[in-house]
Amino acid sequence: MYKYDHYDQSIVDARVAEFRDQVERRLAGEITEDQFKPLRLQNGLYLQLHAYMLRVAIPYGTLNSGQMKMLAHIARTYDRDYGHFTTRQNIQYNWIQLDQTPDLLADLASVEMHAIQTSGNCIRNISSDQYAGAAADEVTDPRPWAELLRQWSTFHPEFAHLPRKFKFAVIASKEDRAAMRLHDIGIQLVRNDAGELGARFFVGGGMGRTPMIGPMVRDFVAADDLVSYAEACLRVYNRYGRRDNKYKARIKILVHELGKDEYIRQVEAEFEHIKTLNLDPPKAELERITAFFQDPDYDILASDDLDLCDPDFALWVEQNVKTHKQSGYAIVTISLKPIGGIPGDASSAQIDIMADLAKKYSFDELRVTHAQNIVLPHVKKSDLYALWQKLDEAGLATPNLDLISDIIACPGLDYCSLANARSIPVAQKIAQRFSDISKQKLLGELKLKISGCINACGHHHAGHIGILGVDRKGVENYQLSLGGSGAEDVSLAKITGPGFDEDGIVDAVEKATNVYLKEREGDERFVDTYRRVGMAPFKEALYD
Amino acid sequence: MTDIFSLRDDSPVSETPVSIEEFLGNSNATAVRIEVGEDARQLLPYLDRIALIQVSFPAFTDGRGYSAARILREAGYDGELRAQGDVLLDQIRYMHRCGFDSFAPEKPLNAEQVDIVLKRFDAVYQAAADQKNGGHQNPVWNLRHGN
Amino acid sequence: MKLLTGNDLKSGLVTWWTGKNWSINIEDAIDVGEDGAAILAAEQEAQRVNSAYIIDGDETSGAPRPGHIKDRVRALGPTVRPDLTLKPNDANAIDKVV
Repeated sequence: MYKYDHYDQSIVDARVAEFRDQVERRLAGEITEDQFKPLRLQNGLYLQLHAYMLRVAIPYGTLNSGQMKMLAHIARTYDRDYGHFTTRQNIQYNWIQLDQTPDLLADLASVEMHAIQTSGNCIRNISSDQYAGAAADEVTDPRPWAELLRQWSTFHPEFAHLPRKFKFAVIASKEDRAAMRLHDIGIQLVRNDAGELGARFFVGGGMGRTPMIGPMVRDFVAADDLVSYAEACLRVYNRYGRRDNKYKARIKILVHELGKDEYIRQVEAEFEHIKTLNLDPPKAELERITAFFQDPDYDILASDDLDLCDPDFALWVEQNVKTHKQSGYAIVTISLKPIGGIPGDASSAQIDIMADLAKKYSFDELRVTHAQNIVLPHVKKSDLYALWQKLDEAGLATPNLDLISDIIACPGLDYCSLANARSIPVAQKIAQRFSDISKQKLLGELKLKISGCINACGHHHAGHIGILGVDRKGVENYQLSLGGSGAEDVSLAKITGPGFDEDGIVDAVEKATNVYLKEREGDERFVDTYRRVGMAPFKEALYD
Repeated sequence: MTDIFSLRDDSPVSETPVSIEEFLGNSNATAVRIEVGEDARQLLPYLDRIALIQVSFPAFTDGRGYSAARILREAGYDGELRAQGDVLLDQIRYMHRCGFDSFAPEKPLNAEQVDIVLKRFDAVYQAAADQKNGGHQNPVWNLRHGN
Repeated sequence: MKLLTGNDLKSGLVTWWTGKNWSINIEDAIDVGEDGAAILAAEQEAQRVNSAYIIDGDETSGAPRPGHIKDRVRALGPTVRPDLTLKPNDANAIDKVV
C-alpha cells in the first residue's frame, strides 16, 4: 500500500489547518454560507437532511487496518457510532458537528487520510477495481496509476472550480468491476503491441439525469503522457463545459454536444501544446509509487484444499469468495447487505472487527467496493473457515454477493436533502421478499440498484433491475427499469412503464424475476434473458 | 474603482483595460480585459505589447479564468495578470498558482490573511504557472527525484 | 400554517422557529403566518442557522406537521433508524411521517 512521505503528510496537515481557519471564520460570521459552502464541500462536508455529513476519501478503495480502525474511532467519537460506505468507495458520516470537523480531520491525517475533494465541483476521489493487485485477469495493478492521478488532482489550481463534479475510475482488467465507462473519465490500463503499459481513455460517461456510456477518445496514452493528456481533457472541459445549467454541466454533455470527434480534436491540440510544458512527473515517480504496491509476502506453498463439509460455510465460499492470482489464496467479499439491513452501513464495532480480521488474515489490507461491500483481498484458503466463523459471529457473513439481495442503495430520503423518495426501506423490503437464499441462488447474478432521485447515486441506470424513487405530488413513487449494467457489458437500463408505490415496486420486482425464470435458456443471467427476449414479456407481466 | 492588491514588484498598471474586441480593432491600448468565456488565445500574438491583462470573475465559482491565466503564462506573458470581480481569500492560492499576480476584488482583501493563505502549503504536487510567477513552488514530483 | 425551518450553524441539526429562538423539536414551532420572509431576513443576518426556508404545514393532529414528507423526515429523523430519531420510544412515529 502507498505510504505518505513528508510531502504528502505536509499537504494533508496544511489542509487541516486551512479548514480549521475556514471553519473559524465561518463560525465568527466573517464569511457567508454562500462563500463557505464550496469550501466545506471541497472538504467533503455537506449539509444534509438532518445534520452535516462528512465524506471521507478512501483513495481507490484501499485501506489498511489502522485506517479502518480510525474510521471506527471517528464513528464513535464524532458521530452516532456508525458509518455508511458509498458507491464511490468512500465512507460518510451523517451527524458531524461543524465545530468538531477540524479535530476529526486532524485525527484522519494522523493515519494518512483526509476528506479532500470528496465533494464540490472538482476532481473527486479516484475509484478503482476492488480486486486490484489480487485479480487473476489484470494486466497490472491499476492503483499506482490511480495514486499518481490522486496526487495530480489534489489541489489542482486550474481545476478546482470546474463546471461540475468530475469522477475518474482506473481499472486494468477486461472485467470491469468499477463501472469504469460510467465515469467522467474512465481509464483502462492496457499493453500495446510493444508490451508497454498505457492508458485507454474513455471520456464523457456518467449516470445522473442524462446517463451516457463514455466513448473511447484515445486507445493508448503512454505512462509518460498520462498527466499531460488528463490535463488536456480537463482544460477543454473547464473552458467549454456548460455553466449555464447545472444539469447540463457534466463533461458528458460537452462531449455529446461537440461530438466525440470534435472533442478529441480539441483535446489533441491542447495535449500537443501541454506536452511542451514538461508537466509530467519524472519516470521515476510512477516507479516509486509502484514499489508500494508490490505483492505481499505470500506463502507459495499454501494449499488450495478447502474443507467444505459445513454447508453454511460452503454456501458462503461459493458466493463470496473469488479466485486469487496466487494459488492457495482467495479474495473474500464481506457483505454489508444483511437481509433487512441498511446497504453499506457498518457499526463502529463491525468496522473494528473487519480491521482486526484484515490484520490477521489479509496482510493488513481492505478494500471498499462500489457495491458498498468490503473486500479482504489476500486471504489464505486455509484461513477461510476461521475467518468465516468470526464474520458470522459479527453478522458479516451474509452469502449474497451479486445476488438480488446484494442491493446498491443510495441513502435516499432518509438522509439526503436531494432525494425525492426513500431508497433504504425499498431495499429492505425486497431483500426480505427474497430472504430465502435458495430462491436468490436460483435467480443467480442479479444486480439490483436503487436511487432516491434522478442524480442516480444508487446507480439505477446500471442495474440489471434499477429502481428510481420519484416524488409524485408529495407521495413516494418508484419507477422500474431493466437491462442496465455497469460491468464490461455496460448498458443503460430502460424504464418499464408507469411507477409503483412502495409495496407495488416489491411485487413488480418479483414479477420481473418470475418472467426471467420462465423465459431463461441455459445458464443465462437475468440481464441476458432480458436482452434476448426484450421488454415485452416483462411489461405484460407487470401491467396486466 | 476598487483597490488593486498586487503581488508584483512594480506598481499596478493604471490604464483602464479595454475589451478584446476593442484591443484587436486597431487600438493602441496596452491594457486589455478578458470577459468570462472569451478565448485568451486571441491575445497570444500581441503579448509583447501588453502591460496588463485583466481576467474577470463574475462569480468565484466560475473557474474559466484559471485556464485563461495559465494559457497566458504558458505563452510567456510576464506582464501584470489581474483577477477582477468576485475574488475571495480562499481562492487566492489557486489564482496565484495559475499565474495571477494582482487582484481587483469587489470586497477588499486583508493583506495579512493573503500572506497566510499563500504560505500555508509548503508543497504542491503538480506544476502550474508558479515558476514563471515568482512563486517558485517546485512540484513534489521533482523534489522527490532531486530535480 | 407556515413554519420556518433550517439547520443550526454549529451542530447542523434541524431547527424550527419558536417565535424567539430555534428549537430542534417541531412541537415548539409556531405559525409564522405572513412574517416568515421578515424573520428569515433578520435571522440570515444573525447567522445562527443555515439554509433556512419557509414551509407549509398543518396542525390538525394537535402539533405542527409539515406538508411535505421531506420535512416530516427532517422533523423526526431517519425512518430506517428509529433509535436515532427524536422519538425512539414512539412506535407510531414513523407511520405518521409516511
